[in-house]
Amino acid sequence: MYWLNVFTILLYFLSSVLYAVYFFFQKKAVQRAGYAVLLTGFLLHSVLIGAALVTAQAFPARNLSETLSISAWAVAGVFLLLRYKFDLRVLGIYAAPLAAVTMLVSALLPNQPREAVTLFKSLWLTIHVIIIFLGEAAFALACGIGIFYLIQEHAIKSKRHGFFYKRLPSLDLLDSTGYACIVVGFILLTMGLIVGFVYAESVWGRFWSWDTKEVWSVISWLVYVALLHQRMTVGWRGRRAAIMAIIGFGALLFTFFGVNFLLKGHHGDFTKF
Amino acid sequence: MNASQAQIILMGLNHKTAAVEVRECVAFSQEETVDSLLKLKAQPAISELIIISTCNRVEILMAANDRQAAIAAVMTHISESKQITGPALEKALYVHVNEAAVRHLFMVAASLDSMIIGEPQILGQIKDAYQVAADQQTAGVLLNRLLHRAFFIAKKVRSETGIGDSAVSVSYAAVELARKIFGDLADKQVLLIGAGEMAELAVEHLLRQRVGAIFVANRTFKRGVELAERFKGQAIRMEEVNEHLTRVDIIISSTGAPGYMITGPQVKEKMRSRKNRPLFFIDIAVPRDIDPAINRINNAYVYDIDDLKGVIDENIDERKKEAVKAERMVEEAVIKFQEWVNNLDVVPTIVDLRQKVEGIVKSELEKTLHGLKHLSETDRAAVNRMADALVKKLLHDPALYLKSEGSQGDRAVSVDIIRKLFRLDET
Repeated sequence: MYWLNVFTILLYFLSSVLYAVYFFFQKKAVQRAGYAVLLTGFLLHSVLIGAALVTAQAFPARNLSETLSISAWAVAGVFLLLRYKFDLRVLGIYAAPLAAVTMLVSALLPNQPREAVTLFKSLWLTIHVIIIFLGEAAFALACGIGIFYLIQEHAIKSKRHGFFYKRLPSLDLLDSTGYACIVVGFILLTMGLIVGFVYAESVWGRFWSWDTKEVWSVISWLVYVALLHQRMTVGWRGRRAAIMAIIGFGALLFTFFGVNFLLKGHHGDFTKF
Repeated sequence: MNASQAQIILMGLNHKTAAVEVRECVAFSQEETVDSLLKLKAQPAISELIIISTCNRVEILMAANDRQAAIAAVMTHISESKQITGPALEKALYVHVNEAAVRHLFMVAASLDSMIIGEPQILGQIKDAYQVAADQQTAGVLLNRLLHRAFFIAKKVRSETGIGDSAVSVSYAAVELARKIFGDLADKQVLLIGAGEMAELAVEHLLRQRVGAIFVANRTFKRGVELAERFKGQAIRMEEVNEHLTRVDIIISSTGAPGYMITGPQVKEKMRSRKNRPLFFIDIAVPRDIDPAINRINNAYVYDIDDLKGVIDENIDERKKEAVKAERMVEEAVIKFQEWVNNLDVVPTIVDLRQKVEGIVKSELEKTLHGLKHLSETDRAAVNRMADALVKKLLHDPALYLKSEGSQGDRAVSVDIIRKLFRLDET
């Protein structure tokens, strides 16, 4: 099990290296290899998570190490899907290292599975966690695409075309893919929050308990609501949308880490050392 | 008789060695080319011949046994048929022999010798010239092979280096930029304000990218209608330009107006009704038509003529860098071709042939003797002797044939046949 985990990390890193090589030298074969390696890593990772699920009889998101592992898995998975739908090969240079580093940190953190409390055995909770993480992965990619957008836009506006201008795709592709990520992420986050509320009701007898993580989740959700609303009404696209995607992901990261480390709440247990 | 092997000779002039007056004077038209091919091929010194003539160069490629005579024949032919004197021609002309000639042809074919490095037309022009020579049957073994290698290396250079990747003309640079902004240009709407060669060329490039509607605004409406007809677009009046800002995506402006045709506040206001869909201004006019402040508005991009020239300069530098890589590839191809040419020599071919036959006999002999353990040492020696004699006698006549000019009188042809017949080049 341990070695399979190490092997997954190695595959993610190998994929990152391949994508970096592709980015520099623009060789299509290398890009395909990077995709294949990432896909292999993702499948292996899925098997590992499945095995953990079976042995522990609970979804493995009980401490920070496990949650990070799930995050890496979600990022890899959402990227693979996105790459299938959109011709955004270059995003691999962001997604693969993100998955690799997250996975590495997860492996370095102590992972002592605590007694599976009945809390973790619920199907609702499993769904809640999976949906939320997939949504957050989509937002993570939207953030990366936003960064690419800003770089490319700067190159075009400043009229200094260089290294990135040639390698990054058109502004339109970046903008529409980023938008697609945000729509998907938003739908998943909304569903995840609803499932979470329902589950909270069944466990604690109330939908909402002013838990800090709940509050911050809703704040992040509102950032995306604002972004989507503005896009649909007055056409907030391009630069503004890119910046908002980055801010939104910042809020999500704070919800994920900041709340656990700085504030307290009933989610804290799952993501503490 | 031991006649020296045919040499490859390339004589020519190009944009670097001759001014346009000289080039247009020496250039061969289609009929002149055919005529010259036949006349020069009739010269005993010249065994194979191809003439490449474009607006930037004339290259006369020959295979000849007698170098001096061949060069003199070409010189005489040109000074007799063209309005140019000997000294003026000699000054502009370069002559490359063998390896240098091969290298030069490869460089030309790969577009490394072009005025604009990497321009794609030259390869097609050489192909046409080769076709003409092939039709007149003036190209033989040497030049056929040489030209095919040239096409091969040219394609390889194009696909494996970035030599032809980026735009080096103003109008094409504008199209490339548009693609970096909009991605797919299909269905994007274009507005041309004014007229002018570069602007019209840009519209034509855009049309090739299957853009949607084209609008043309011109100070003289009639001229606008004419232009619109050419682009299958629609003419509008100058006063309608403002309202079309909501509709179109790419605006190419090239008027002689003294002030700005389109100002910042005007675009800022339109961006709202456009729902911030990107707007790309290509300003080819001097003085400028488009307020440069528009470039600071979100989702609006302005490139004036200097910006586009800056892009081109960058791209040319990029091509020059890639050219270094390409030259290395050409050098490899030259070495390979020289190897092939050297093999066309008689002696190496006879050696190769003997080695091949000896190799076959030896391995068959070993197999057979392995199964005949009962033979004595003397028996074995006798069998070996017989095998050696067989090889010698078999090879005697082909060797004679090769050494004695061959039947067609062209040694390269006989060598080539032998090499192909016995597959000497496939090891």
